[in-house]
Amino acid sequence: MDILVFVCAAAMILCGALGVVTLRHPVHAALSLVLTLFGVAVLFVAQNAHFLAVAQVIVYAGAIVVLFLFVIMLLGVDRVEDLHAEPFKVQRPLAIVSGVALAGLLIAAVVASQHTNVAARGAGLPGVNPVRNDLHDGNIVALSKDLFSGHVLAFELTSVLLVIAVVATVLLARRSRGIDAAPTDGQAT
Amino acid sequence: MIAVAVTSTWYLVLAAVLFGIGLAGVMIRRNPLIMFMCIELMLNAVNLSFVTLANHLGDIGGQTTVLFVMVVAAAEVVVGLGIIVAILRRRPGATADDLSELKG
Repeated sequence: MDILVFVCAAAMILCGALGVVTLRHPVHAALSLVLTLFGVAVLFVAQNAHFLAVAQVIVYAGAIVVLFLFVIMLLGVDRVEDLHAEPFKVQRPLAIVSGVALAGLLIAAVVASQHTNVAARGAGLPGVNPVRNDLHDGNIVALSKDLFSGHVLAFELTSVLLVIAVVATVLLARRSRGIDAAPTDGQAT
Repeated sequence: MIAVAVTSTWYLVLAAVLFGIGLAGVMIRRNPLIMFMCIELMLNAVNLSFVTLANHLGDIGGQTTVLFVMVVAAAEVVVGLGIIVAILRRRPGATADDLSELKG
């Protein structure tokens, strides 16, 4: 059963990722991104990260992809990109080679570190909160305990970061008068 | 049917492949929006490996880190899309190659 879930989710993830890279239409690429994000959420559930799977679906597949689609529609850039027009001849093979090389390097590192047996030492560390729990929603309890006991300052700083991001976006997206106000603009923002 | 256990190595290999695809996509595509989506692919690969190692090592800290990565990624997407909107509003149809105004 585990292997069935893994194979299906991996197929979703890889098809979606290849779709993002290869599809010419930006809307199609965004929908492929949803496929990949759902596959990652499935793998989160398969690894007992239930809360993160929910957050993945809501934040990524919900908010971020909708934001992408909104920008695509807003700018009217839903036109087909010509993938064959390539100003630098060497760029695309070089990109593919470097992507494959990096993935191969990471896989080699993962397979090599399989034999060092880190898990046997790490699993017995005192003071770490176990991921698996007997409670029904043990994952959320363990995650919130870790988040609000050991990382309170970082948690508060993320709220500061979000406020800064919102203010920065409002400033960036505001149409400054006199500089780039196109003559066709009827309404002020 | 042969019962093969899904180990952490499978997940980590999948994350490595996903990261490689995202990296190649950032370098191949020239539409700034698609490049952003490829960055999201790379972030998700990192998140997947964090969750895998949290499960593997029995430490919830990896999942906490993923939560922070998600928050920072959301902020990054908001600011990045704001910049892209500001650029493409002035220069419709600009690709990443056209945006060389800051080049010295």
